[in-house]
Amino acid sequence: MKHLLSVGDLDRSAIEQLLELATSFREVTRREIPKVPALRGKVVVSLFYEDSTRTRISFETAAKRLSCDVMGFSVASSSVTKGESLRDTVQTIEAMGIDAVVMRHSAAGAPHRVAGWIDASVVNAGDGCHEHPTQALLDLLTLRHRIGPGIDGARIAIVGDILHSRVARSGAHAFAALGADVTLVAPPTMLPSTVAGWPVTVSHDLDAVLGDLDVVYLLRIQRERQRETRFPSLREYTARYGLTVERAARLRPEALIMHPGPMNRGVEIAAEVAEGPASLITEQVENGVAMRMAVLYELLGAGGGHG
Amino acid sequence: MADLVIRGGRVLDPGGERTADVRVHDGVVVEVGEHLTGDATLDASGCLVAPGLVDVHVHLREPGMEEAETVETGARAAALGGYTAVVAMPNTTPPLDDPTVVAAVLAAGARAACEVVSSGTITRGRAGEELAPMGELHALGVRMFTDDGDCVADAGVMRRALEYARALPGAVISQHAEDPALVAGGAMHEGEWSSRLGIPGRPAVAEEVVVARDVILARATGARLHFQHISTAGAVELVRAAKAAGARVTAEACPHHFTLTDACCATFDPVFKVNPPLRADADLAAIKAGLADGTIDVIATDHAPHPTAAKERPFEEAPSGMLGLETALALVWEELVRPGVLTPLAAFAACSWKPAAIAGLAHHGVPVAPGAVANLCVFDPEHRWEVAPDRLASKARNTPFAGRALTGKVRHTLLRGDVVVRDGEAQR
Repeated sequence: MKHLLSVGDLDRSAIEQLLELATSFREVTRREIPKVPALRGKVVVSLFYEDSTRTRISFETAAKRLSCDVMGFSVASSSVTKGESLRDTVQTIEAMGIDAVVMRHSAAGAPHRVAGWIDASVVNAGDGCHEHPTQALLDLLTLRHRIGPGIDGARIAIVGDILHSRVARSGAHAFAALGADVTLVAPPTMLPSTVAGWPVTVSHDLDAVLGDLDVVYLLRIQRERQRETRFPSLREYTARYGLTVERAARLRPEALIMHPGPMNRGVEIAAEVAEGPASLITEQVENGVAMRMAVLYELLGAGGGHG
Repeated sequence: MADLVIRGGRVLDPGGERTADVRVHDGVVVEVGEHLTGDATLDASGCLVAPGLVDVHVHLREPGMEEAETVETGARAAALGGYTAVVAMPNTTPPLDDPTVVAAVLAAGARAACEVVSSGTITRGRAGEELAPMGELHALGVRMFTDDGDCVADAGVMRRALEYARALPGAVISQHAEDPALVAGGAMHEGEWSSRLGIPGRPAVAEEVVVARDVILARATGARLHFQHISTAGAVELVRAAKAAGARVTAEACPHHFTLTDACCATFDPVFKVNPPLRADADLAAIKAGLADGTIDVIATDHAPHPTAAKERPFEEAPSGMLGLETALALVWEELVRPGVLTPLAAFAACSWKPAAIAGLAHHGVPVAPGAVANLCVFDPEHRWEVAPDRLASKARNTPFAGRALTGKVRHTLLRGDVVVRDGEAQR
């Protein structure tokens, strides 16, 4: 594997192999000195065109625990509008001698373009509304450790602004690849015009699907979508699609709750629900480091990368 | 001045097709017949000898974006594509909303490799609010008025533009039909591919609501209305119904819209980004059907050069538009003529005499007969070549057909009797 750009690049066995590797790195992250020399001398650049403290720190921590040298490149999105092309930027960085670029960009496909221009490995850390593959993988890792190695047949609903969600695009395909039964729940204004080619079913009614679910996966609601007339008000959104305390009480007792963060407490999820025993939200963050260690090791370690 | 004989080809013009040589003298066709001799000859064996092509929709980028194209380089690309006249779009900086800017473009075109005709804007600054000085521009020869690049979105402004144009003989209002409120930042066709790729969509309805509205306005005002780059099945159907109802509307389609689909965007390469966007398979089929039954009158390239660096950005951030002049006729042949969608005669009608009529050009797209100005295209339908971006005459490199093998190439182009392209090489 040279790059990780999209969940669609991974088949079931490739996903399972990454999850195995991540499970062994989970053990490393719990040691007193949580560091291994696996990638000593490798240089990883984090290139974030869009702010993301959480994902960036998670990747940088993962790289450091593998003994990589980590360079952070802060690219103000304004440098794009000042005329430097994306290609010029990444080729300049590559000339410094690097092995991998971990990239976040506000535009879909930006990491795919970069992968065509440089020799180093490219890891997609979120591209526009397209994909966020390591989020989907860490979510699978989290589920695997909570409901066992197989999620075949698990009923998972992803609830929220599917149209603009890279988490949903990666998650739906990753969950379905491992056999889960995925339902997207959103008002029609927050769904793509068609989901042809997506391995999912669609519902506009959270209450209608709630009682059958094994996992409720909530997406962050962005307030600016209200101005785009995607929904009338946060209050109405919460009333129809929020995981309120009342709705959480109607879930099956063993059902689990996930959220990629950062949360709008009281909007898509009630604070009490986020902090309740069914919530996997903290574990998701914890597993992020191990999962990203596995991805970097797969790309840059023995047998991976530039072979 | 010496006689020039175009020898050994088949003449194709509005009168049909026949084997004949063509003698040109002093910029004019003087004789059409068999076994002609002259002081100089141009070999046309295996070729069609036809009126030069006319493109009612090109972006020459001058003034303001000369790093992408100039009148000179764009006209050279046009001549290599068989065009003897092009209509330059007004979304320059400054825009073509003022007689002095239009006069400057016409002056730059005076010595170019094809005739450069200027469009004029419909509204000042292409802002969609106040009418441009259409009468003053008309006096300079402008016949096609458009805010291309942008849609005239305000129905009231569009109504007044159509009404006002009725007082200007030969004037035609050309609309880039895409409602900006429905486009809302979209960068590719809204459909299965935009859904998968997470690229914001430009829906087909954005085009169709404007076509529907403007057909109603055209009928109400009785004005001449032309739809640029029709791209959806619904828009084709609306134009078909409008014509059946007697509206004075015409429509154009672009080679990329009958050749490529939105699936190309899966590469995330913005060389495939264009407005209106590459559509779905069913739309592509509808464009072909619309060309076949004459609903779509003409083929125009929407030649839109951009500097390489501008396209070396993520899809959503890159500018829209693709090159078209040097590949258009080959694509017409491959996608329409060979599969039997259009006869050779209908293909040249859509690329030459029908667009000449829309643009009001008296000396282009006329029968190859004694007395005609010698604006001619000699096309070899069997010539195989490969599209190499760095060998294009255009200053820009943003062709979506890079590396594609094509069959059919212009061998010679004559502008007012001068050989401006000889054996596939530009002479100006």
